[in-house]
Amino acid sequence: MLTASNITFRVGNKPLLSEVSLSFTPGKLNLIIGPNGAGKSTLIKVLARLLHPQIGKVEYEGTDISRTVEAELAKRRAVLSQAVEVAFPLTVREVVMMGRYPHFGGRPAPTDQSIVDEVMGLFDVSAFGDRAYQTLSGGERQRVNFARVLAQLWRKGSDGHSGAVSSDTAFFCRYLLLDEPLTFLDIRHQIDFMNKVRAFANSPDVVTVGVVHDLNLAARFADQIVLLNDGRVVATGAPIEVLTRERIGAVFGIEPVIVSVESDIHLIFN
Amino acid sequence: MTKKNGSRRALLLLLAFITVVVLTASIRYGAINFSTTEITRALASLLPGHPEPTLDQRIFLELRFPRAILCLLVGASLGVGGTLMQALFRNPIVEPGLVGTSSGAAFGSALFFVLGGAIHSSTSLWSLPIAAAIGGVVSTYLVFLLARSREDGRASIVMLLLTGLAVNALFMSAIGFLSYIARDPQARSITFWSLGTLSGASWNAVAIVAISTILGCAIAVRYAKQLNALMIGEEEATYLGVNVNRLKWIILSVNVVIVAVATAFTGVISFVGLVVPHILRMIGGSENRFLLVGSALTGATLLTLADLLARLVVRPAELPIGIVTSAVGVPVFIFLLRRRQYVF
Repeated sequence: MLTASNITFRVGNKPLLSEVSLSFTPGKLNLIIGPNGAGKSTLIKVLARLLHPQIGKVEYEGTDISRTVEAELAKRRAVLSQAVEVAFPLTVREVVMMGRYPHFGGRPAPTDQSIVDEVMGLFDVSAFGDRAYQTLSGGERQRVNFARVLAQLWRKGSDGHSGAVSSDTAFFCRYLLLDEPLTFLDIRHQIDFMNKVRAFANSPDVVTVGVVHDLNLAARFADQIVLLNDGRVVATGAPIEVLTRERIGAVFGIEPVIVSVESDIHLIFN
Repeated sequence: MTKKNGSRRALLLLLAFITVVVLTASIRYGAINFSTTEITRALASLLPGHPEPTLDQRIFLELRFPRAILCLLVGASLGVGGTLMQALFRNPIVEPGLVGTSSGAAFGSALFFVLGGAIHSSTSLWSLPIAAAIGGVVSTYLVFLLARSREDGRASIVMLLLTGLAVNALFMSAIGFLSYIARDPQARSITFWSLGTLSGASWNAVAIVAISTILGCAIAVRYAKQLNALMIGEEEATYLGVNVNRLKWIILSVNVVIVAVATAFTGVISFVGLVVPHILRMIGGSENRFLLVGSALTGATLLTLADLLARLVVRPAELPIGIVTSAVGVPVFIFLLRRRQYVF
């Protein structure tokens, strides 16, 4: 369970988030949408404790995360960012192994090695484990980073309960935060990504909150949608409740035609 | 990974072996050459019950040997300092003196050369290193003070880098001014010292530099993993559980101490801290534990070689070591860069 209560975050006098209160339950995929400058990335960073709000608090399982130690939080919370630039030549495997850093002291344990093998397999990057990260395309890089982020939250035995590693932490749940992860991906990889996120988010102890731009992807994959505008929550709920013609028109300044195909809704912009 | 770790370990062993070979050469050859038997006898004379050392043996024990060890330590400090700063600034063109440390130390010593005579202070053996160390720490502090943001009091890496460049330029021009107004012997001292020299080596210097080098390296290696995480960005490192602000201060402090102390005894030696991490990254990748240990060994080896060269080329006189490190380092560096074996 992740709750944000009455969050206000300002830079100088400019509020980027105002009185945002939200709660996210495990096992669900929560997606944040909104126009540019709505405060989506800022909200993810506040939920991740990278940014500290002036008012309000973020709680994981009832614990105020501003009172937690960064190293402890990192065992249970991972963030996938838009684009990760690596400063020096690193191999793909070295980058993925960084996801295990919060879990070992000096050198990686055999468990860490096998988790890295597993997630690299999951994202089809095993073949270029020894290649330099810098030589990869944007899409390949993003797959490597997703593998790294999942390695950080991975539990041996993928159903989420057997053989939990580093159970010495304050939190039971695992928290996956995604900050516009689809930016450099083509349509096939976008769908593939969302399917993998969906599958991971289904674990009963995983709280997933992500930002996406594509409203149709949000409609198709989200359990709960949060519509943000000007740093305020406009609406939250199931896609079909949030994504109405009038509301999208008012927030984005362009009205869609909404069609239902079977149980899904699709937005068409003319 | 395991294979890579194995080959990195082998590389480090090889580097350690090369260091020993170069050290041996360095203590044997110079204005006077010593044979292995002479060296053994000189060392034996320290033990109780052996004959007093001869003049040659004393030259070895009091000049050659401490100089070689000091060289090793200073080289290791510069190599490790370079690796630390490059990792911290996430930038391969950074060198340990970047945040003002070495130019400040050089300024401190220049001031000492010019004013020390004028105020007839008791110019003890320690005055110069102390003046240099104070200069190094003060200028570094000045950089931090100016780089700090007015809003949250934190120093961003870019601000540090640019402020460092500006403060370095300021101190270099101040040194230029001092050598311009200085009388001839003082001006020569300033020049010689700005180019680096190991001729002042003593066992006291070795002891002090050894403490800072060994302590600095030990602390640095403990933070290798956190520095690795920093390679993918400050935000990402935070998400991986690194307290980035704390890491910055620790690494910068370690760097200031090891570089200021080394510079205080030997003057400004350029290029070692810049080239060493590059060479290692090209042969063994960017993992920081490997880089830190490797750059200590490689820095020590390269500076020892440079010192050997400085002593042999114009024997029995010697060149300032900074000239040798630049003259050899620059072409090597450009050659390595142009091979483009790795991407920035």
